[in-house]
Amino acid sequence: MLKFENITYTYHTKEGETTAVKDLTFTVEDGQFVSVIGPSGCGKTTILSLAAGILAPSSGEVKRGGGEFGYMLQRDALFPWRSVEQNIFLPLEVKKRNTPEMRQKAVALAEKYGLKDFLKKSPNQLSGGMRQRVALIRTLAAEPDMLMLGEPFSALDYQTRLEVCDDVQSIIKGEKKTALLVTHDISEAIALSDKVVVLSARPARVVAEHKIAFGDGSPKKRRECPEFSQTFEILRKELGI
Amino acid sequence: MTALPRAAGDKEIPMKNKKDNNFSREHLAYLRKERNKKIVITVSRILILVAILGIWELCAQVKLIDPFITSSPSRVVKTIGDLIKNGTLFYHIGITLGETIAGFAIAVVLGYSIAVLLWASDSAMKILEPYIVVLNSLPKIALGPLIIIWIGTGYTAIIFMTVIVSIIVCIMNSLAGFIAVDRTKLLLMRSMGAGKVTTLRKLIMPASLPALMNTLKVAVGLAWIGSIMGEYIVSKAGLGYLIVYGGQVFKLDLVMTATFILCLLAGGMYGIIAIIEKRFNK
Repeated sequence: MLKFENITYTYHTKEGETTAVKDLTFTVEDGQFVSVIGPSGCGKTTILSLAAGILAPSSGEVKRGGGEFGYMLQRDALFPWRSVEQNIFLPLEVKKRNTPEMRQKAVALAEKYGLKDFLKKSPNQLSGGMRQRVALIRTLAAEPDMLMLGEPFSALDYQTRLEVCDDVQSIIKGEKKTALLVTHDISEAIALSDKVVVLSARPARVVAEHKIAFGDGSPKKRRECPEFSQTFEILRKELGI
Repeated sequence: MTALPRAAGDKEIPMKNKKDNNFSREHLAYLRKERNKKIVITVSRILILVAILGIWELCAQVKLIDPFITSSPSRVVKTIGDLIKNGTLFYHIGITLGETIAGFAIAVVLGYSIAVLLWASDSAMKILEPYIVVLNSLPKIALGPLIIIWIGTGYTAIIFMTVIVSIIVCIMNSLAGFIAVDRTKLLLMRSMGAGKVTTLRKLIMPASLPALMNTLKVAVGLAWIGSIMGEYIVSKAGLGYLIVYGGQVFKLDLVMTATFILCLLAGGMYGIIAIIEKRFNK
């Protein structure tokens, strides 16, 4: 569980101060997939950093339900000097949990999601979509209870993006993880989430929250539902575009 | 849930490799062209060297130039023979090589360590920046008299000279390599809760390895400048000493011979580092 309670965050630079987030309140329940969307530059990355505890809020409180969290970024940030397998072990090494059992679990996870033949390869030999899948498995290797996703698909071309999007969602659902996704892509948010939180332009506040329940839960099916375009229109209006 | 379908764009590109042997005619022609290009380059390189040496020798033989002043390839060979006979050649080479390698090693290790400390502390980097910049632009030979008075006239003085000539570049290049590391990767390390030491070991050091290799290449050239410069100022032996001594007593054969050997050694050392680089970048 993750709870933002009246969070305000202000950036300080020599040129002045900028309030990126103001009185922000929303909740991510256990097992929920929540997307936060907003116009670009509205402080989405700040929200993710606040959620992950990399930044401390100026006021308000971020309540975490305990447990570990994993972070998945816009670019995969795979280390080219390590093999795919070694990349997946990285969080175990950093968190000093590099035991044979944990490594075995990580390898099992990678094999389960189609990376068996790639484990010994260099990330440079993989396609963009495959690299993002490795990045997700790396995030999952440390067995986080919650995932923070920072526009993890925006660096991919459109076709790859649709596939990786479905891919990531099914892995996250399959592993029963809680997830918080920040994105500026409306259709991505609708296709993936149980709940969408719409933000205003900077300073970011919550404009609306939508529970999304149509379709059978898979992003692909959901995109084909008639409700999809209706929801899209509503969100588009709320974003003011 | 079992294996998912492969992500888009992940097609295996069929590529014939060397083991196949049944290339198309077009590919064979391409391979031949590439090989010919390589041969032309190697042969041209050798020809240029032979031409320079040949013209030099010829001009000296027909007295077009005065071999007393310009020396000649045959005289260089003879001088090398003499130096081997009286047993001093390898002594001088050993001294200069030892000074250079010692100075180079100290400069690289110390420079890299200082770069690590500067990377670890943002304020230390900002505070020390102007000092490093000034030290970098200072002609180190200006410190010659001070070095002699402070350290003396032995090998240590020359090694010290080698270190101060090459260390600043080691610090600056290594640091630039550390700073150039991808910010997304740094954010990833931070999100996993990695501290400075872990980030340094797992990310910064391996990521900046190409920069380190580059640093080694630049530093090896500077180390040679340092050791020969040191020998010019103060020395009783070494190739730099031979050059200065030869100049003073007008034995230009000796000057040319020492210079020639220096070329070989410097080239060799650079070559070794290039091989190490290739090994690491594989």
